Amino acid sequence: MKYLKKYDVIVVGAGPAGSICALECAKKGLSVLVVEKRQEIGAPVRCAEGLAKHWFDDIGIEVDPQYCRWKIIGGRVYSPSGKFVEITKDSEGFILERKIFEKKLAEKAIDGGAHYMVRSRVYDLIIEDGFVKGVKIDNGFEKFEVNCDVVVAADGVDSKIARMYGINTTADLNEVDSGFQYEMGGLNLENPELIHIFVGNEIAPRGYVWIFPKSKTSANVGIGIKGDDPKTAKEYLDNFIEEHSEIFKDAYPIEINSGVVPVGKPIEKPYGNGIIVIGDAARMVNPIHGGGIGLAMESGKIAAGILAKAKEKRDFSEETLKEFKEVWFKHRGEKLIKIWKARRFFEQLSDEDFEKLADILDGDAIYNIAHGSKIKELTKLFVKYPKLFNLAIKNLL
Amino acid sequence: MKKAKVNKNKCLQCGGCVGVCPVGAVTLIDGKGIIIDKNKCIGCGKCKLVCPIGAIEIIKEDDDQ
Repeated sequence: MKYLKKYDVIVVGAGPAGSICALECAKKGLSVLVVEKRQEIGAPVRCAEGLAKHWFDDIGIEVDPQYCRWKIIGGRVYSPSGKFVEITKDSEGFILERKIFEKKLAEKAIDGGAHYMVRSRVYDLIIEDGFVKGVKIDNGFEKFEVNCDVVVAADGVDSKIARMYGINTTADLNEVDSGFQYEMGGLNLENPELIHIFVGNEIAPRGYVWIFPKSKTSANVGIGIKGDDPKTAKEYLDNFIEEHSEIFKDAYPIEINSGVVPVGKPIEKPYGNGIIVIGDAARMVNPIHGGGIGLAMESGKIAAGILAKAKEKRDFSEETLKEFKEVWFKHRGEKLIKIWKARRFFEQLSDEDFEKLADILDGDAIYNIAHGSKIKELTKLFVKYPKLFNLAIKNLL
Repeated sequence: MKKAKVNKNKCLQCGGCVGVCPVGAVTLIDGKGIIIDKNKCIGCGKCKLVCPIGAIEIIKEDDDQ
């Protein structure tokens, strides 16, 4: 464990965004240090652990049975009364074992040349003449400083690093979901090859309950609800489990987790002088389903490309680093904003509306909404239903 | 003055409250858990609302003596 006094890049946070960014930086010949505040990378889990198959190719990571815990071939979305629509389009994926997945990503980055620290909290940035020039670290044993040309803030929804620089990443309560999850054994799952999503204002206001199987009888059973609901996510989930004894009567938890998921728009300015903000910290999350693993890794990869160019130019000013936002926004951000609008459409629906949607929408339509594509065509489906049609015109276009 | 207080018995240390605090009063320190800086806390209650398990209360500061 030999550390440098100065790195090209310091990444704060060893989640999927941070480790992929570090790996890609190392591949491009940049010296990179990853600083993680937790004592263990990958824990605690704050996630349902689902990842669509295409991401493995997009990012360039192996489908490894060590962390690809269970294969999924599609999903079902259930209305409050229990009607369901099945989604199969491009829906292959895996439920991960994230504790292993994230450690493997870190190992890969280390093999590629990245340096890592754990249980090391960045409590402040070193800023000179308006440029981030390093970080101040407290690892419980000592406090010390490490210098760099650029800091990548990959420190998750609870991001503090960007704020230390002066980018306000404070999440509006209305733009986050409050999440709670049991990993359970002993479930009675009829279709463990599918993920199961339950919507409804009584079930999960603004969000949904999920069952993401990890074997024939085990699953992540979780919930996300709007951040400002007076009841807790745990109360809603316990209630759901109580009311679905056909699934849960022999089930027991083997892990409990909580977390907050950004479901708002991505932050306006994920860059500055000597700083780039990626992943959950920049709210680069799908606002409809709250999934962010793939998007986080993608943002890390894009950031690494921009950092390599900046290093060549020896220019880490915001003028250079703003290219990160431009490239990312064109590639992904535009779509996320469409999906954010669709989220606002859904959150205004009553349970009766959800029942109607279960009749109107097929799996492909739901897939398209969740991915921000063909949104205009969707509104045509609502022509016969004035309330849905008006809401769609007002929110989606 | 109203202040947020974490019930450490309930808290799972997920850090969800950190990101919604408008004044940056909440910090997660691994091993120690959620620390709320009383001098910064404005008692707005956002952390209490967002907490997935109800581990944060808003108390009158005098009650905490």
